Amino acid sequence: MTAELVRGQNHTLPQTRLEIRVSAGTPVVAGATLGDERGTVRGVEWIAHPGSPQLPGLEVSQQAAADHRLAVDLEALPVGAHRVTVLLALPVGAGGPARFGAVPAPFVAVTGLDGAEIATFTLTGLDAESAVSALELYRRQDAWKVRAVGQGYAGGLAEMLADQGVAEATGLAGSIQEAVTRGLARSVAPPPRTQGGDRVRHAAGSADHRPPTPPPAPGPPEPLTDPATAPQPHTAPGPAAAGPAADGPINYAHPRRQHAAPPSPPPTAPPAQPGQAAQPVAGDATGWSMDERLYNQIWGMFEDLARAVAAYRSAVDFAESRMDQELDRALSDPRNRIGGAGDRAREAARAKRDELTSRAREALDRDLAQLAAEAAVVEPALPAAYAGWGNPVWHAHRVPMEIPMALRIGDLHLPERTDLRVPLLVRLPLERGIWVDSGRTASEAAALMDTDRLRGLAMETAVAHAARLLAVYPPGEFSVHVIDPAGAAAGPLAPLVDAGVLAGPPAAGAGGVASVLAHLTRRVDLVQMAVRAGAADSLPPDLDTGEQLLVVNDFPHGFDDRAVTQLRYLADEGPAVGVHLLMVADREEASAYGPVLDPLWRSLLRITPVADSHLADPWVGHAWTYEPLAVPPGSRVLEQVLAAVAAARRAAGR
Amino acid sequence: MTVNMTKGQAISLQKSDGGTLTAVRMGLGWQAAPRRGLFGSRTREVDLDASAVLFADKQPVDVVFFRHLVSDDGSVKHTGDNLVGGAGSGGDDEAILVDLQRIPVHIDQIVFTVNSFTGQTFQEVQNAFCRIVDETNGQELARYTLDGGGQYTAQIMAKVHRAGSGWQMTALGNPANGRTFQDLMPSILPHL
Repeated sequence: MTAELVRGQNHTLPQTRLEIRVSAGTPVVAGATLGDERGTVRGVEWIAHPGSPQLPGLEVSQQAAADHRLAVDLEALPVGAHRVTVLLALPVGAGGPARFGAVPAPFVAVTGLDGAEIATFTLTGLDAESAVSALELYRRQDAWKVRAVGQGYAGGLAEMLADQGVAEATGLAGSIQEAVTRGLARSVAPPPRTQGGDRVRHAAGSADHRPPTPPPAPGPPEPLTDPATAPQPHTAPGPAAAGPAADGPINYAHPRRQHAAPPSPPPTAPPAQPGQAAQPVAGDATGWSMDERLYNQIWGMFEDLARAVAAYRSAVDFAESRMDQELDRALSDPRNRIGGAGDRAREAARAKRDELTSRAREALDRDLAQLAAEAAVVEPALPAAYAGWGNPVWHAHRVPMEIPMALRIGDLHLPERTDLRVPLLVRLPLERGIWVDSGRTASEAAALMDTDRLRGLAMETAVAHAARLLAVYPPGEFSVHVIDPAGAAAGPLAPLVDAGVLAGPPAAGAGGVASVLAHLTRRVDLVQMAVRAGAADSLPPDLDTGEQLLVVNDFPHGFDDRAVTQLRYLADEGPAVGVHLLMVADREEASAYGPVLDPLWRSLLRITPVADSHLADPWVGHAWTYEPLAVPPGSRVLEQVLAAVAAARRAAGR
Repeated sequence: MTVNMTKGQAISLQKSDGGTLTAVRMGLGWQAAPRRGLFGSRTREVDLDASAVLFADKQPVDVVFFRHLVSDDGSVKHTGDNLVGGAGSGGDDEAILVDLQRIPVHIDQIVFTVNSFTGQTFQEVQNAFCRIVDETNGQELARYTLDGGGQYTAQIMAKVHRAGSGWQMTALGNPANGRTFQDLMPSILPHL
């Protein structure tokens, strides 16, 4: 039975006389090194390579070839050899490919002398490497085993040999390549690879016999990553790419139906170069759709940032407290009162603090740089619902056919690095209402602003949120009602009113407040009753079953006790049946109601019209600075998006 | 190569190829108590708990245990509380994963402990073991057999500590008594 190994996996060898077959589809150099029980290569006499192909118990080919057969007799190896490492390298100077990423994945098989395969391994996922340590045969308690290694080296043979502790690695690598070049002059070009005779298998065990392709390209239609920064597939696009392949099988999938199960595999990050982090890729997370993957990736970045900063803060706190203790000790030690001993002790304590703090900062900066690189890739790949107003995706926005998973309602950052922003995503349909705090005591930035300006800004923020919600729901499935009792928000509301996307004109005065609240309360009541009775079809035909958003400005202006009670009812019962609140209010102004309103405020997600640090993450509880999404100055994106919403509604006949 | 250790044995371990450790897992496994009573309702379940305490200069900084499953910095993760044990077939019922490369710079030691939350001594539990595994290659670095281990309810299992630029592990295997890691603090401190 053949064992198909994956990287790192091992397998017991039933016999000691073996053959190792390599099939690479392109000429490669094959070699082997012997190691003792500690893995050390004792010298050049323990290396089999084209320039010196024979060792006791081991023989390799003298030239580069697409196919190799290495004969191994483990019993006959030199005394003290406990390990045989099989190496592959691309020949240099022959005009061939310079990296394994540009050639089909090499395939190696360990077989018995009768040719029966014992274990096989396909070296997938190589990229810039030009040498790779493919397999390792090693002795474990008098039994020999094989392990799939697949460790590549971008620095080629020299780096690989140096990694194994060979002293003159560079010189030896040079002489090997030279021997190969001499041999290559004699060799014949490899035959073109045919699909049927393909010896390359995919480690994931795909059953079909596709030509060796890179991992399939990401599923969704729009290009997800900036071509300049995104890793490109090496050869032909994968099967997920739309459009007929010239020579491939016919694709029966509907070209636009991308979300059908099973999901296309997520874009995989290319393997990390030794010693550095992997290149980030947008959508590098689990999920059934690209939406979900990006959502999970953003939450993953959020958590990573929280934890990286927690590590840093913990280290700095520790450094400070240790220095304080040491300073106290230095102060209380009577010997330190004479001479410069006290100063020296204080100096040493400070130096220790600085050393630890700087190491912590170094680690943090490394993590932050990695997250920033990820953010730089993810941010341009975001769909409209996750993107800021500055993202070009909003300019080409078309009202979708289904609601997205989540909506971005702002950005979060920490003081350690203020330019690293994490999108704050809330799930759709909204699980709780939103409260835009227009109070001047709400935050530092708000305290510096005059009241009217802040109120205007709060209402503009609310309008922008309402516009986002309208734009990401399918036409007619989301209506917005506005209560503006004093008519104070006519300016900020103009984009919504002008585009004609509101359910009705902004309600003014006590009468307007009462009628809007009564309308929505009736809807909540009816839908609730229908849901409880399991009789959704008995709802009156004039009832709008789409989601409803109630924007309330200037609360509690124009509200009487009855209206306040209704509002609280909507806040409590509404979200479950699709009625949501977006309040613009200053808590101070409603203080006359006393603690009656406390549950209302608590039930809403509080955000601010200006930057404010009041949101805590769920893992460590840092205070994050929230910033609302700003429309770029001079941009008409909000109006364009609302016009698109209005057009889509007309087209849908609603 | 697994080192089977007896109580109190302390050895320093490195990876067999001389490199330092980058990720380790502490695994804890035990067999569920036999059913008693007509409906098994009188069974007294055995609940062993694995914990990891992170120290900076002999001061506890963070603890990963069943009430706090991930250290604040994210480097140490507990896979979740198991209250009853498993089939006793040798698999880990609780595990703590440590990514040594992501440990904050001031943390210099991590101590792994095992407690019997329900109070049975190691003499009363069956097929109980704890082990330290090199997570990068699945190699077992150290293993203790806990059952038949005498009138103790806890064990200070091992510590992983900084050595040069990398990490080393020292198996401690020190028996102690306690219900959670807090009770063990006095027994841990001498090993730092």
